[in-house]
Amino acid sequence: MVRFLVTRLAGMVGVLFLVVLFTYAIFFALSPDPAVQICGKNCTPELIDQIRTNLGLDRPFYEQFLGFLSGLFVGTTYGTGANAIDCAAPCLGYSFQTGQPVLEMFEQRFGVSATLAVGAAVLWLFMGVAGGMLAAIKKGTWFDRAATGAALGGVSIPNYVLALVLQYVLVVKLGWLPFPQAVPFGADPGQWFLNFVMPWLVLAFTYASMYQRLTRANVLDTLDENFVRTARAKGLAPRLVWRRHALRPALTPVVTLFGMDFAGLLGGAIIIETVFGLNGVGKMASDSITKNDQPVIMGVTLVAAFLVIVGNVIVDIVYTTIDPRVRIGARA
Amino acid sequence: MSALLEVEDLTVTFRTAHGPVDVVDGLSFTLERGASLGIVGESGSGKSMTSLAVMGLLPPTASLRGRVSLDGAELTALPESKVRRLRGDRMAMIFQDPLSSLNPYYSVGMQIEEAYRAHRAGVTRRQARKVAVEAMERVHIADAARRVDHYPHQFSGGMRQRVMIAMALSTEPDLLIADEPTTALDVTVQAQILDLLQEVRRETGTALVLISHDLAVVSEIAEDVVVMRHGLAVEQAPAERLFSDPRHPYTRALLDAVPRIDDEIGELRAIDSIDVVGGKA
Repeated sequence: MVRFLVTRLAGMVGVLFLVVLFTYAIFFALSPDPAVQICGKNCTPELIDQIRTNLGLDRPFYEQFLGFLSGLFVGTTYGTGANAIDCAAPCLGYSFQTGQPVLEMFEQRFGVSATLAVGAAVLWLFMGVAGGMLAAIKKGTWFDRAATGAALGGVSIPNYVLALVLQYVLVVKLGWLPFPQAVPFGADPGQWFLNFVMPWLVLAFTYASMYQRLTRANVLDTLDENFVRTARAKGLAPRLVWRRHALRPALTPVVTLFGMDFAGLLGGAIIIETVFGLNGVGKMASDSITKNDQPVIMGVTLVAAFLVIVGNVIVDIVYTTIDPRVRIGARA
Repeated sequence: MSALLEVEDLTVTFRTAHGPVDVVDGLSFTLERGASLGIVGESGSGKSMTSLAVMGLLPPTASLRGRVSLDGAELTALPESKVRRLRGDRMAMIFQDPLSSLNPYYSVGMQIEEAYRAHRAGVTRRQARKVAVEAMERVHIADAARRVDHYPHQFSGGMRQRVMIAMALSTEPDLLIADEPTTALDVTVQAQILDLLQEVRRETGTALVLISHDLAVVSEIAEDVVVMRHGLAVEQAPAERLFSDPRHPYTRALLDAVPRIDDEIGELRAIDSIDVVGGKA
């Protein structure tokens, strides 16, 4: 087990390094010159050169990349003298447009994205997994047909369309819900809930539809397995056959999917946050893309990649407790 | 006293898009306590469906007519909850592919314990574990006390089938149905498993129904043989008589199709379906 963990964590560090390298290289090659952006309206070529030198933008790629890497661990200082800007470790870069370190911007918005992700995950796990299981048990009945139909709708309707329709009906027409704002939980739990309930529902609906289809198919496949027949041949109660022998294998792939989906969402739900005007990481990413704020885009990309990779490693570790074949295989 | 297993006019019908299909058609046989019966036939002859029908494990799309009685109790007339109590206890079954028949997520010990505890109310885990180890020892799995905690994928094919047999025997059933128990195994292991089945039958007095497409396998164990084709029993006879003096042309064709070591090398004989018309024996 220890060896398994060490191997996985070492692999994770390797992948992260590659992600940082490629991301940095892409933005280095593609992005407009930050010096020009900082320079502003009354710019002269001399001034641009000066800014470049100050920020180290005139140095070769590998030096800049190493500078960025070391910034992650020990922090970095942009410019010199009175104009110097400090970016403490772990420095993900500095937005010259907003005048904030990227990490600080990220921290301010992460709570909204995390709230959105956690609430939606609870909903979609419940609707998707329970709905899928029930549809499989009641295969061919009206419930199965209704649930499968709803799931088809869920994967077909783009979530921004659903978001706008819900907003129109629930907020504008019926006035049941407020227009979503990120109210902190501590300020007013009731308002917090009412404000988040619509984004949760919309986000969860799409995921729940995928999970419902996956769970239903997996459960039906598992029920056809020979070992389920063996369990029946032993004379086990149907409840036990179901719980012990069908459910665990059927839900294992759901764990994999969930780890990645959830980690991905923590890195921002761009569409939902934008449609509902929630100031989360996703909205920050989309704003930065519009304004071409390169350090922020890169920071968000890196953090999102980091979360997905960490999510994967957690899934791998959870897997070892679920599936003995993985556990023993790693030890051998 | 009645026979252990009585199957009378058993018919299994599947609903298909082309209408109902009888996969077993009016099959009858009896099996005495401790006796052994072989059911042979090609794939699709209805032998596996017969065994599933006896166990009450037919798929939902199948329907059953006729009578199956175990030790005087008419299984076909009992509610499912009652049949379930007999299944795995008085009658047990092992299957063709031992790897897919064992749940990969649980240790073999847990799976044997589970079979035992399902039918012995109030048994503790510790007692059930002891039974599991003993059952594994009985089927000659070396170092059973340690192996009991291992998972199916850590066993070889033959050992997995031994685990399946240990699981089936843990409740000391009166009837063991073995559906192609050696088909998925390689030849040397096949012989070991057949020897083991013989041995446990001798020692425990369990009656055995052995289902196989392989006449050689059946001839080694079964006292009586039913030859099935297209759901019909074409011939039923004591094994010795059937192999020495097959009466039905299909049985003769089956026997002729077995390659013999003292034959001249030539083409293998296939069964010509036009020559041989199936009918009730």
